[in-house]
Amino acid sequence: MRSVPMVEVEHLDVRYGSVVAVDDASLAIPRGALAALVGPSGCGKTSLLRAIAGFESPSSGRIMVDGAVVAGDRWIEPERRRIGMVFQQGALFPHLTVKRNVLYGVRKRADREEIAASALELVGLADHQDRYPDQLSGGQQQRVALARALAPSPKIVLLDEPFANLDASLRQRVREDVVTILDRAGVTALLVTHDQDEALSIANPVAVMSRGRLLQLGSPADIYHHPATREVAELIGEGQLIDAAIHDSVLTCCIGSARIAIDDGPALLLVRPEDIVVVAPSEGLPFGKRVHRHFFGHDAIDEVLLGDGRILRIRRTSFSDDEAGPLHLRLRPKSYVVFRDGVPTGGALVE
Amino acid sequence: MTVGDGALDLNSESLAPRSSFSLRVSARPHSVRHVPWIIAIPSLAAAAAVSIPLAYIAIRAADAGVTSYLAVILSRQTAVLLVRTLLLVAGVVAASLAIALPLAWLVVRTDLPGRAVWATAAAIPIVFPSYIAAFILVAVAGPRGYLQQMLSSGGVARLPEMAYGYSGALIALSLFTYPYLYLLLVVSLRAIDPALEESSRSLGMGRWRTFAFAIMPALRPALASGSLLIALYTLSDFGAVSIVRYNTFTVSIYNAYRALFDRTVAASLSTILVLVTFLFIATEAWLVRRARPVSASARAVASPVPLGRWRWPAIAFASSIVFATLVVPVATIGYWLLHGGGRGVSLAISLREIAGNSLRASLAAAIIAVALSIGPALWATRHPSAVSRWVDRIVYGGYALPGIVIALALVFFVSRWLPLLYQTAALLVIAYVIRFLPEAVSATKTALAAFPPLLEEAARSLGAGPLERLRTITLPLLRPGLLAGGGLVFLTSMKELPATLILRPIGFETLATRIWSATGEALYSEAALPALVLLLASAVPLYLLVIRPALEGRSRA
Repeated sequence: MRSVPMVEVEHLDVRYGSVVAVDDASLAIPRGALAALVGPSGCGKTSLLRAIAGFESPSSGRIMVDGAVVAGDRWIEPERRRIGMVFQQGALFPHLTVKRNVLYGVRKRADREEIAASALELVGLADHQDRYPDQLSGGQQQRVALARALAPSPKIVLLDEPFANLDASLRQRVREDVVTILDRAGVTALLVTHDQDEALSIANPVAVMSRGRLLQLGSPADIYHHPATREVAELIGEGQLIDAAIHDSVLTCCIGSARIAIDDGPALLLVRPEDIVVVAPSEGLPFGKRVHRHFFGHDAIDEVLLGDGRILRIRRTSFSDDEAGPLHLRLRPKSYVVFRDGVPTGGALVE
Repeated sequence: MTVGDGALDLNSESLAPRSSFSLRVSARPHSVRHVPWIIAIPSLAAAAAVSIPLAYIAIRAADAGVTSYLAVILSRQTAVLLVRTLLLVAGVVAASLAIALPLAWLVVRTDLPGRAVWATAAAIPIVFPSYIAAFILVAVAGPRGYLQQMLSSGGVARLPEMAYGYSGALIALSLFTYPYLYLLLVVSLRAIDPALEESSRSLGMGRWRTFAFAIMPALRPALASGSLLIALYTLSDFGAVSIVRYNTFTVSIYNAYRALFDRTVAASLSTILVLVTFLFIATEAWLVRRARPVSASARAVASPVPLGRWRWPAIAFASSIVFATLVVPVATIGYWLLHGGGRGVSLAISLREIAGNSLRASLAAAIIAVALSIGPALWATRHPSAVSRWVDRIVYGGYALPGIVIALALVFFVSRWLPLLYQTAALLVIAYVIRFLPEAVSATKTALAAFPPLLEEAARSLGAGPLERLRTITLPLLRPGLLAGGGLVFLTSMKELPATLILRPIGFETLATRIWSATGEALYSEAALPALVLLLASAVPLYLLVIRPALEGRSRA
């Protein structure tokens, strides 16, 4: 029983009229994991989440929670699925105090007072229990929403962009708090976010969605270093796919060459901004002119125009403002992902 | 169907096409599997209760055979009636526009001195029922009216005939219905993002061109909805047109029913009136659908337009409207009270009984309408589907139908199928509920739109079933909206005249019927006290429920 995933989604379709929001999605979330669904807005991730919660009915496919079918061959109403929800806007009941919000899901239990008290303790808001939601800050509201979702000890907690409404300065802290609380509660959780840094930094596994399709499910490192499709490579980590040609096990492209063990022909090389380094000028190295700099303080992204008209994005960790003249480029030595016909095909080794 | 938003609903979706409303609440349709029975069953019951008697009037009209039906419809008198009615509607809508648009613009967008006072004063005439307005008009400006008396002593022999006929109906109706349009325009003008105006100016457009090309299109939904309200009010008006003796459909229907006891004629004319009404509604719906939603997110207020030397004409315009619609009526009623004190005691006692009748019937209608509104409102906003849209249209039927038509339908239906109800106060309450249910549904929908469906979903995810959610989340949050809707139904039921005249049991008098019978005999002082009670009973709640929310905007949400 332990090995059964907490949530399993099989070949799920969600449609609104002729619009396909979720297209043949399958995924499994192991017990106790904090998983994330990441993708651009409108990619169907919220629809998938809401289908698991029971607020959307799938047009085909199956959802199982804790080994039991909740959508598919039979339908379990959302209120009977024992799935906690934390919404983007918190969705606290405005007419109830913090405590009565948390009590809502356990109102029929004999030990409700203790449950509510310990849930509020867990989120660090025990001394706010008599306040009303509009008397709390955004971060506090989200913690109450989490306490409310956790109180009935759900099988899984679903979080729909829970940090999106918070100020950037607050977001980081609330995010860390939530991760700690979920961890301490030992509950399985699925987080939906459009923010890939958020997903990669707190969740494992991470599922990448785009245009209704689930592209890849894996550990953050896996998704970053071994993207399963071109789309994942481009969505995650500012990947750049560079045209390359392979001849006699040597790959050549505009910024260098590498060894690779696949047949001759065209391919695409996945290069991220941090894979390219600026080196001292030297004969035979590719070079280009900086056309723009995105300055971030701790580092910067330079856009460099090459002779063939192509623009490369390069992450700079040490740089000066008064650089003039061409920048000479080189690929960092490592094994690179190469795509052929849209699928990853072997690694290209730069030495 | 934007008509959906009831007669007095000035702070809801009526200003924006439906699409923007659903986008604001949630980006996706809520495809939860089933509509809970707790919503569906009461909604279908409400729809059935409304539609069965209304459908019956068509059956009744056809009873006498197609030939006599066609004879009525195609007769010359009917054509004349149609032209007279449409001429009045066109005149009242045009006159209301001419009053409401400048007034709304002056109080929202200019530096008119005392804007807040003008803003409220201009909305107050909404409390006068049309029959009181017409009665006052006749008393003041009629052939032997106060104005004539005053002028005769000054040597002017004869005033132009204006209190009776077309001009009388036009004056009485437009001076006291323009606030419906005015309030909608105020809300819309407030909601327009100042950036719209500013970007138009920065693109080189002058004030007039900016108004024509940037502001007017944004006002289109309000203009369409407000004009529809006024057109429907005029179509269904019975009191004012009777008093000023301008024969329209409602008067003819009433006369055919009362004097001739000819139910076929009454039923046939009713079907034409209903048809005209639906034509207006369809036009409005089409106009509103064509309008693009206007971004109304801005908190900022555009800086007011300086009037400069136009200030004095503007003040003169606003004060002449307020003088005609507020000072004159209030002074007239005051004069009647002072000069009719003789009948004091006995009248006061029966007045208590009459007011009690009005109060009880209206209160019963309000409670029933509010209870019935919850199901359809929840269905339409939380589980929209083809069925819910039909339920919506049907429960809004009463809003489209003149009171006199509803009354006749009920008379025909009840005398044939439920004779027990005939000549009871209960039937009167049923008529009020059918007629004013849309106001309750609109208020409930507005209240539902103010809190997101996420709250109900949150309750669901916490294990609460349909009944429990309704009890613990939806109803407590809806309470202000239910109160507002109930208040509106109560007020409009108090003022209702034609259905009350037809349906009241023998000997059952309300404030409205008492005023009506006094007007028939020109017993001004006898009408004064009931009119005052009615106005006072309406004024405070109307101010709280309609005027203030519209003028203040929806900052509380």
